[in-house]
Amino acid sequence: MSITTMSLAKALNAGLRRSMEDDEKVVVMGEDVGTLGGVFRITDGLKKDFGDDRVIDTPLAESGIVGTAVGLAMRGYRPVVEIQFDGFVYPAYDQIVCQVAKLHFRSQGRIRIPMVIRIPFGGGIGAVEHHSESPEAQFVHTPGLKVVACSNPADAYAMIQQAIRSDDPVVFLEPKRLYHSTKADVDTDADPAPLWQSRVVRPGSDATLVAYGPTVSTCLDAAPVAAEEGRSLEVIDLRTLSPLDLVPVIESVRRTGRLVVVHEAHLTLGLGAEIAARVTEECFHALEAPVLRVGGYDTPYPPARIEEAWLPDLDRVLDAVDRTFGF
Amino acid sequence: MTDPVFGPAPAQDTDPELVQLLTPEGERVHHPTFDLDFSADQVRAFYRDMVLVRRLDIEATALQRHGELGLWAQLLGQEAAQIGAGRALRPQDFVFPTYREHGVAWCRGVDPVRLLALFRGVDQGSWDPAEHNFGLYTIVIGAQTLHATGYAMGVQRDGAVGTGDPDRDTAVVAHFGDGASSQGDVNEAFVFAASYNAPVVFFCQNNQWAISEPFERQSRIPLYRRAQGFGFPGVRVDGNDVLATYAVTRAALQRARDGQGPTLIEAYTYRMGAHTTTDDPTRYRLTDDVERWKLKDPIARVEAYLRRNGLADDGFVEQVAADADELGERMRRECHALPDPSLHDVFDAVHAEQTAELAAQQASYDAHVASFEEVTA
Repeated sequence: MSITTMSLAKALNAGLRRSMEDDEKVVVMGEDVGTLGGVFRITDGLKKDFGDDRVIDTPLAESGIVGTAVGLAMRGYRPVVEIQFDGFVYPAYDQIVCQVAKLHFRSQGRIRIPMVIRIPFGGGIGAVEHHSESPEAQFVHTPGLKVVACSNPADAYAMIQQAIRSDDPVVFLEPKRLYHSTKADVDTDADPAPLWQSRVVRPGSDATLVAYGPTVSTCLDAAPVAAEEGRSLEVIDLRTLSPLDLVPVIESVRRTGRLVVVHEAHLTLGLGAEIAARVTEECFHALEAPVLRVGGYDTPYPPARIEEAWLPDLDRVLDAVDRTFGF
Repeated sequence: MTDPVFGPAPAQDTDPELVQLLTPEGERVHHPTFDLDFSADQVRAFYRDMVLVRRLDIEATALQRHGELGLWAQLLGQEAAQIGAGRALRPQDFVFPTYREHGVAWCRGVDPVRLLALFRGVDQGSWDPAEHNFGLYTIVIGAQTLHATGYAMGVQRDGAVGTGDPDRDTAVVAHFGDGASSQGDVNEAFVFAASYNAPVVFFCQNNQWAISEPFERQSRIPLYRRAQGFGFPGVRVDGNDVLATYAVTRAALQRARDGQGPTLIEAYTYRMGAHTTTDDPTRYRLTDDVERWKLKDPIARVEAYLRRNGLADDGFVEQVAADADELGERMRRECHALPDPSLHDVFDAVHAEQTAELAAQQASYDAHVASFEEVTA
């Protein structure tokens, strides 16, 4: 056992380093990932240790970054692409949706694209426009992509390595608000849970909260507050958004009869909508209340001075919990 | 036009400076940079390739007209550009095509029936790119130029550039057209290739038309001159001259393999047919134009050269025509015999590692199909 206390950023850095040591075909590429170590320092020190053939500072063109990564993958490399901020992924949208996602399908499996597209996502850091978005539903809606989101340092360390080992393209969402604010013990020798599994992170019996990425910690904060009011909340961290692993969610809702889904992404057609549909189908007779959703409002992400009012926070989560008991 | 402050605007595209080794009349001319000696066998082989590829194209067009293909993108008129570019490759080189590179596919040993399967709607490309070093057809205009550049970056990392070993040093070709030259991806590919000095040759077939839009809509300057702005050389070659196209491509490929970086080749040619079988060019271009380009036919000039110099006789020409007939007959026969795919199988092709969700959808589809079988049984 080798336990180190790490921030989420440091855990990602350690996971990337471990992947690069394990497999010489792993290359990291993106804007400012080399000498600077990335604007969030996730790739700090990698260029020094692995050289600029494997840690590639790219021209500032996201379609170019993802498109050239496709070619590298076809040549046998495992590119790990950093999109600097969530809102900058859209110039690469065509390459991701039409090429990365479809090449395996188009070629009947002759072409594999073992690419990881890392995207720092979500708000709460006081940033300017285009730096606080949650675009995950667009990628979950795209067949051929897999999408995961980490919420804590131990998962970050393990999941980035698992995503890199995957022979399928993975959109890897990192809750940027938690990069440096969350520290936890990471056992770098531990056997990680399978990447494509959700996990109960706090057991409870009265209502189920489902979250991923940055809102997992919001839900974990909500649970003790609800406990003071005599309500036992079970919190589930989805971890994998595509494929969606709802097995623990369905099992939980059959016990609790109540479900609240929490994400920062816009409410309409967000992950919550899909989860509500599937849970309703699977748990119809167990439900005591309709599935409720707490998400970002259906406006563009607001200016930073009012973002805390826009983001799902403790009060909005607790309010939804109250409402689910009101039916 | 000269601006009093900024000076003259670059010249518009009035007088193309073409590299040419064979005139439209079939006269062998020489070029100070790109001249090559061609053996009679080599020129006869070019002729045969072009005749067969033209036949392939005509046959596929006819199959579409008979309802056997959903669509076909014709290469008519571009045979020299594609055969010249395709035959200049070494086995280890890798090609990223658009959806019209049937002639290059031919040179890479891809069975024409595989192309028919794609346009018939049987699959989306069933050749093995790694076996032929020929990527899948790419429909989104210009997207593959980035893939080519990234592949070339991988070649660099493999140490397969500039070693001097002719069997190891590798070049990559990105095909695209005049319409694609306006795409962001193509311009980003130029930037990345220049920045990393990647061993990639950008081969643009300027066939003058992007569906209905003339070349002037895409560029105010000759395309090959754009390369200079990105920091690498560009050259315009007579794309209807197979000898010149071969010579220029060969030089650019060797430059890439030697580690000297990217080159842009503009093969100046003409789309004699429609954009695809759904298009009607009489709505937007003049018959006069087409007639003028007919005089520059890529095959006629090689036949004239061969005959004038006593390098081919009626027997050779008739044999090639018979080979073309045989190819056409085989394409028709094997196209009709192509089996329809099964929707059951497509679920398995989405991921390398299947997901529980998709497996469940597949099972649900199978059950749906089976429910009809029970009714009819």
